[in-house]
Amino acid sequence: MAEALLLSLLIGVSVGVSAGYLGSLMVLKKMALVGDALSHVALPGLALGILYNFPPFLGAFAFLFASAIIIWHLGRVTKLSFETIVGAMFTLALAIGILIIPGADLLEALFGDITTVTILDTVAAIVVSAIAVFLTKIIYKKLVLGMISEELAISKGIDVSRTNFVYLLLTSLIVAVGIKITGTLLVGFLVVVPAAAAKNVSADLFKYAVLSAAFGTLSACSGVLFSSYLNLPTGPLVVFSGIVVFLGTVLAKWKAK
Amino acid sequence: MENNDDYVLRVSNLSVKLQNQTILDNVSFKLKRGTALAVLGPNGAGKTMLFRALLKLVPYTGKIEWAEKAKIGYVPQNIAVDDIPISVKEFLSFKNHVDVESSLVPVRLNNKNMAYKTLGFLSGGELRRVLIAWALADNPNVLLFDEPTSGVDLGSEEPIFVTLKELKEKNKITVLLITHDVHIVREYSDYLLALDKCVTFFGDSKEIMNPQIQKRIYGETVCAGTPNEKK
Repeated sequence: MAEALLLSLLIGVSVGVSAGYLGSLMVLKKMALVGDALSHVALPGLALGILYNFPPFLGAFAFLFASAIIIWHLGRVTKLSFETIVGAMFTLALAIGILIIPGADLLEALFGDITTVTILDTVAAIVVSAIAVFLTKIIYKKLVLGMISEELAISKGIDVSRTNFVYLLLTSLIVAVGIKITGTLLVGFLVVVPAAAAKNVSADLFKYAVLSAAFGTLSACSGVLFSSYLNLPTGPLVVFSGIVVFLGTVLAKWKAK
Repeated sequence: MENNDDYVLRVSNLSVKLQNQTILDNVSFKLKRGTALAVLGPNGAGKTMLFRALLKLVPYTGKIEWAEKAKIGYVPQNIAVDDIPISVKEFLSFKNHVDVESSLVPVRLNNKNMAYKTLGFLSGGELRRVLIAWALADNPNVLLFDEPTSGVDLGSEEPIFVTLKELKEKNKITVLLITHDVHIVREYSDYLLALDKCVTFFGDSKEIMNPQIQKRIYGETVCAGTPNEKK
């Protein structure tokens, strides 16, 4: 029991840090709902993993990876916004996922179940999160400059389109890992809300990025602890913990005015 | 006698077409080192596109020849910082090896707290000057400046041009600036390039006061190369 809780907390820290950190860019890009909707694309992959007995994480990541490539290409060809393309992709994926996933496993796929984590899951989550955070740190400034002015970024030799693509792939990776804690329906929360909370109380980029990661960790770990203590599903309790943090920052911002 | 080395930029027969629309049509001009060129024209005349072409950010036909030692700094018209928590120091440090404090001196923003202010909270004039500092951080010898007074309140316009004039005179920087302001053309530039997709006038900036030239600049323009796109 204590070992399961420890593993859950380790996954909570990994996913909280990485989803918060990567999510800080998603919020700045005003693509918060993209992060949320993207997570639903994982459902058919999870279903295939359950049906054919391979790690659902791999199925989820394969679907997220493929959809990231499709979204990026469709965006370039059609000039439609990411939101529009993701909107179409995620509903399609959800429809396929619901049709093929066995009824008994649907609930776990949609809302996650951290009580079934293994040491392998934990190690995979830590390694994947560390890689994603490391690579995102390398492209963080490039992405922010691209948001401030695409012309400035290009004139500085940054390939904005390719950098966005790498970021989309890294986000897919983190979403695939996060699904274990919160499920496909709620993992978008960890990408969006900790960063939104951090933005409420940050005046510079460093503080914003660090607080996003810290709030992500706080939400994920509190959710895991409450879930263990109250014997309730983890996903919704992660969301409730995160919302408390978010409301705290709203209060702090309101008081500062 | 005219020396080829005097020129920092030569543009000949430059055309830009995007989605079958002619944005720039057969533009030719050349610019001497250490001078200031004002680019004037109505909205949609292709002024910003000219800069984008000069920076090779868009596909074009024709020739753009920068002198071998030309090092270009660019100040865009719009940047999106309102919703991004980023300090002046962080923004400037996006450029490699920049001493942030000293980079703010030439643009007269050297008060102690400026580096730690959030970019989105600066006044229009301060933001413009931070952008000039950004452009100057690599020690360029050419500065492309799109609408220096865009978003700047009246009292803050003058210091920007004084800064530009100082840069041009002290550091021998060549300045290309886009403007709608005749006063700026007359006071702060040596040459004028009037655009309305094609070049309607190129010459001494003082000619802006000549009624004949004004008629050419502000009258109806028909670009020779685009008979189907008359205004």
